[in-house]
Amino acid sequence: MSYPQIKITGDTSVAVVFGNEISTDINTKIRAFDEALAEEQIDGVYETVPTYCSLTIHYAPEKIRYEALQERLEALLAVSHKAQKLNTIVMEIPVVYGGEYGPDLETVAAHNGMSTEDVIRIHSGAEYLIYMLGFTPGFSYMGGMDESIATPRLKTPRVLIPAGSVGIAGKQTGIYPIDSPGGWQLIGRTPVKLYDARRDTPILLDAGLHVKFIPIDEAEYKRIETRIEQGRYHCHSYVKEEE
Amino acid sequence: MGLLFQNGGLLTTVQDAGRRGYQRYGMGVSGAVDVQSYIYANILVGNKYNEAVLEVTLLGPTMEFTSPAVIAVTGGDLSPLIDGVPCPMYRAVKVKKGAVMSFGAPKTGCRAYIAFAGGLAITPIMGSRSTYIKANLGGYEGRKLQRGDEIAFRKPFIEVKNLSRRVIKAPAFTGDCTVRVLMGPQEERFTDEGIHTFLSEGYTVTNEFDRMGYRLTGPKITHVTDGNIITDGITFGAIQVPDGGEPIIMLSDRQTTGGYAKIASVINVDMPFIAQCKAGDTVRFVKTDIKTAQDAFIAQKDEYIRLRELFDSDIPESRFSRYTVKSGNEEFNVTVERVE
Repeated sequence: MSYPQIKITGDTSVAVVFGNEISTDINTKIRAFDEALAEEQIDGVYETVPTYCSLTIHYAPEKIRYEALQERLEALLAVSHKAQKLNTIVMEIPVVYGGEYGPDLETVAAHNGMSTEDVIRIHSGAEYLIYMLGFTPGFSYMGGMDESIATPRLKTPRVLIPAGSVGIAGKQTGIYPIDSPGGWQLIGRTPVKLYDARRDTPILLDAGLHVKFIPIDEAEYKRIETRIEQGRYHCHSYVKEEE
Repeated sequence: MGLLFQNGGLLTTVQDAGRRGYQRYGMGVSGAVDVQSYIYANILVGNKYNEAVLEVTLLGPTMEFTSPAVIAVTGGDLSPLIDGVPCPMYRAVKVKKGAVMSFGAPKTGCRAYIAFAGGLAITPIMGSRSTYIKANLGGYEGRKLQRGDEIAFRKPFIEVKNLSRRVIKAPAFTGDCTVRVLMGPQEERFTDEGIHTFLSEGYTVTNEFDRMGYRLTGPKITHVTDGNIITDGITFGAIQVPDGGEPIIMLSDRQTTGGYAKIASVINVDMPFIAQCKAGDTVRFVKTDIKTAQDAFIAQKDEYIRLRELFDSDIPESRFSRYTVKSGNEEFNVTVERVE
């Protein structure tokens, strides 16, 4: 099969598929195409949703029919695009590891035959690329976790996981943006609100950003929590060094 | 002044056209499940298409009107009553202050929509008044309505013109239905036999049917290997088939992304029939093409515009004659316009 492909996903949406594997290369192509499409401002296209391998494009057929949209997309795909935004920004997310904040930290350490300190060092040592958001409001699918701390999901999912919990599931790591049930191994928690409906930008993170976890202690967690309540806290970010 | 709930019913929520533009952040769309009934209700009372309404599920609420209103009830016939007297559906109705609206036993369909002229005083969140219960946001405190809740009307009483002319023919929601589908986007993940099974057998709605999705049961749809894909976007009406081989139709409160192969998607104009199904109803799928689907989609939009113009126009009432035509158990409201 050759890529990219345009696929019908309903009578008001299509997906442009760029491949069939999880890779930074495919992700970069999707991001670049999404930006180029936004600049085209095609009348009738009202929403795009990037995922690992494709971009779903929602449109109004009364403004643009499928055939016409297909032509526009093919023309746009014929030229190459470079992602302009976001690709080098790293957001720092403060996390308290272990204890009541991360009840499964010891399980993860034991599973991988290392100390809890090692798990923290490895987990907080990487810059994780956000491939896509989905599942619940603000949930980021991140790549780049060191496989030495990979741990299977819990056999029985928890009924309620507090918002901000940082977990590991297999080779993935992620943050729960809202209180929800779930089966990930919880190693820590951040006071930062990934999702806050009252904020101008309700969802903090975005596809294409990187995330770095910064270990903090409980006192710092409480301080940040207070500052967030007062609307006086903003996450640090920095520009990622070229590889 | 507006509505005071004495009982919230099984699942009564505030819904509108849903949240647009936030799926890329994992935020679900929500919104009315039966889009056609929802828009009809708004057109009947002279609202914009995307005004918030109440979506009532099977067992309706009991609510008092603490101020007068013009309303319209559409969708499934859940036996709406006003002060104990049947409330006509698919037409604009004036309701007095102090009147109590309640519901009897569900007769047809699964969901009814109540629109109020001028709309409901609900604060929009991320551009929509729709309730998204799973994330506890939007609508009335992010949840279904219950006893003691009060919702004000957004505007004081609005006189709706041409009240008696505001009638729409009710679609028949018979339960069992055949809906048209567009194949894909992961059609290649299924065997020829699996696709044949999907398009020729009937699938029964299980007890797991809600605003998020409908889980159906029936002959297994076979995959080439398995039902897992690399997580991608899910659209309204998408039909996922996990490893078990039984389809799940995705509705308004669906997750934005998912990891099951999608064999096809139900076209928008046929989705109301799914939205009005309940446990035990049988669904059949028939293949169509994108041109047919979009022609039907645009024809429906044109019908909305035609109705709005008909209701809002200043043609004198005397030019219209109205008849009720009965055919078997079905009743049709017919409006005849005298053309000079």
